[in-house]
Amino acid sequence: MYSEKVMDHFSNPRNMGEIENPSGMGTVGNAKCGDIMRMYLDIDENGIIRDCKFKTFGCGAAVATSSMATELVKGKSIQEALQVTNKAVMEALDGLPPVKVHCSLLAEEAIHAALWDYAEKNGIVIEGLQKPKNDISDEE
Amino acid sequence: MKRFVYMDNAATTKTRKEVLDEMLPYFETYYGNPSSVYEFAGKSKAAVDQARDTIAAALGAQSKEIYFTGGGSESDNWALKAIAEAKKEKGKHIITTKIEHHAILHTCAYLEKQGFEVTYLDVDQYGMIDLDELTGAIREDTILISVMFANNEIGTIEPIRQIGAIAKEHGIVFHTDAVQAFGQVPINVDEMHIDLLSASGHKLNGPKGIGFLYARESLKIGSFIHGGAQERNRRAGTHNVPGIVGLGAATRIAMETMEERRKQETKLRNHLIRRILEEVPHVRLNGHSSERLPNNANFCFRFIEGESLLIMLDMKGICASSGSACTSGSLDPSHVLLAIGLPHEIAHGSLRLTISHETTLEDVDYAVDCIKEIVVKLREMSPLYTDFLKENQNQ
Repeated sequence: MYSEKVMDHFSNPRNMGEIENPSGMGTVGNAKCGDIMRMYLDIDENGIIRDCKFKTFGCGAAVATSSMATELVKGKSIQEALQVTNKAVMEALDGLPPVKVHCSLLAEEAIHAALWDYAEKNGIVIEGLQKPKNDISDEE
Repeated sequence: MKRFVYMDNAATTKTRKEVLDEMLPYFETYYGNPSSVYEFAGKSKAAVDQARDTIAAALGAQSKEIYFTGGGSESDNWALKAIAEAKKEKGKHIITTKIEHHAILHTCAYLEKQGFEVTYLDVDQYGMIDLDELTGAIREDTILISVMFANNEIGTIEPIRQIGAIAKEHGIVFHTDAVQAFGQVPINVDEMHIDLLSASGHKLNGPKGIGFLYARESLKIGSFIHGGAQERNRRAGTHNVPGIVGLGAATRIAMETMEERRKQETKLRNHLIRRILEEVPHVRLNGHSSERLPNNANFCFRFIEGESLLIMLDMKGICASSGSACTSGSLDPSHVLLAIGLPHEIAHGSLRLTISHETTLEDVDYAVDCIKEIVVKLREMSPLYTDFLKENQNQ
């Protein structure tokens, strides 16, 4: 059902955990639907994502997309992180079964939510960042 | 070598070697069509008759009341549609429950589109229907009550004898989906006032693709598959002779070993439940403590999601199932877990383990040890658990 990459990221998730006093934190999803993703970002004074961690309640795909998303944004600038779309996460994982595409959307949304939190805390506007929806399940 | 522990016997079972051995001659040696006239086909016909007798005896029924089908879902479809068709002049009301298999629920939905009305009875937190609610739901135009013998997810055994008595008292036909119960617990159609009963071969160590419908002789049920005189003109199609032989053999062995298996499986199952409840925090047992199938255990682990749990168990060589949404391909967790009153987020963390006569104490202990380890790992990943720990710290 899952690609080898998905299985790898599920069984050995990268960057799983919390960041104490994160620069930004975002939680998206909904326990009712069985997926909750939380992203923690540590952003330095130059706007570079020094560290990124996640915690996820959800299926194998939800864990794997979270893990992959953290890898894709780590070390990137905020603008670069905004380019990490659900499609990019899926491609990096060698694809997802159709019913699991929403997990990758959740990962993208979780990064946006953490960046939004960072922007709000610092009173800045990040160009191109929309206020994230914390529950994307309605769209499906 | 990776250990292999199969604990999904409610999904399907291994065909017993003895059953397979009895089936094999009917592929290569006695391959005749039982409907043919020559002597060679007589062997096939005799085998079909013998299987029918065995099954009838297991239920306390007559042989001519057993109709072979392609499996449990077909039997359920047939029973409901045939009674609806036969009794539509009398009324268009059917009573069933919220925890039935989809073969019943989706057939009921189909009948609703045809103008029938269906009452779906609630169940209590253990998955048991309320007999007063059943009696209260009966109307002048009620033509059928269909309540499963035992639930496939949580294993709860319904009060079938009492339901049968209520149905009989009101002159209503009573069907039970006994796919999980047949061969596991004693069933007598007369004592329990069962008019129709569905069962399937592959749930009792028989082959897949074969099942039967018991229909009381006095019922006038119509043909489900048209095109031949098989099964007293009611289910056309050349007999699946090897399958029927296998179903007969599986039934015979299931009846002979029932008591012994019940004791052994109940003991192992109780050990499994006891260890999980004692050794894993934030867990609940779903289903009834005593009125449940001997081989069924079903839990909800808080803060984790069922599919993740299944994949990690699979990596350890353990086959199990879950009622989480992710495993069903929908956003909703199992209708059964919701019907017993579980909130969505708890229902997503469900795990069903169904053992067999081949399961050993070592298998159970291995599974429990793996579950403990995996639950810790998944909770470490869970933001719900993080929040729960923080809330507790603050209190």
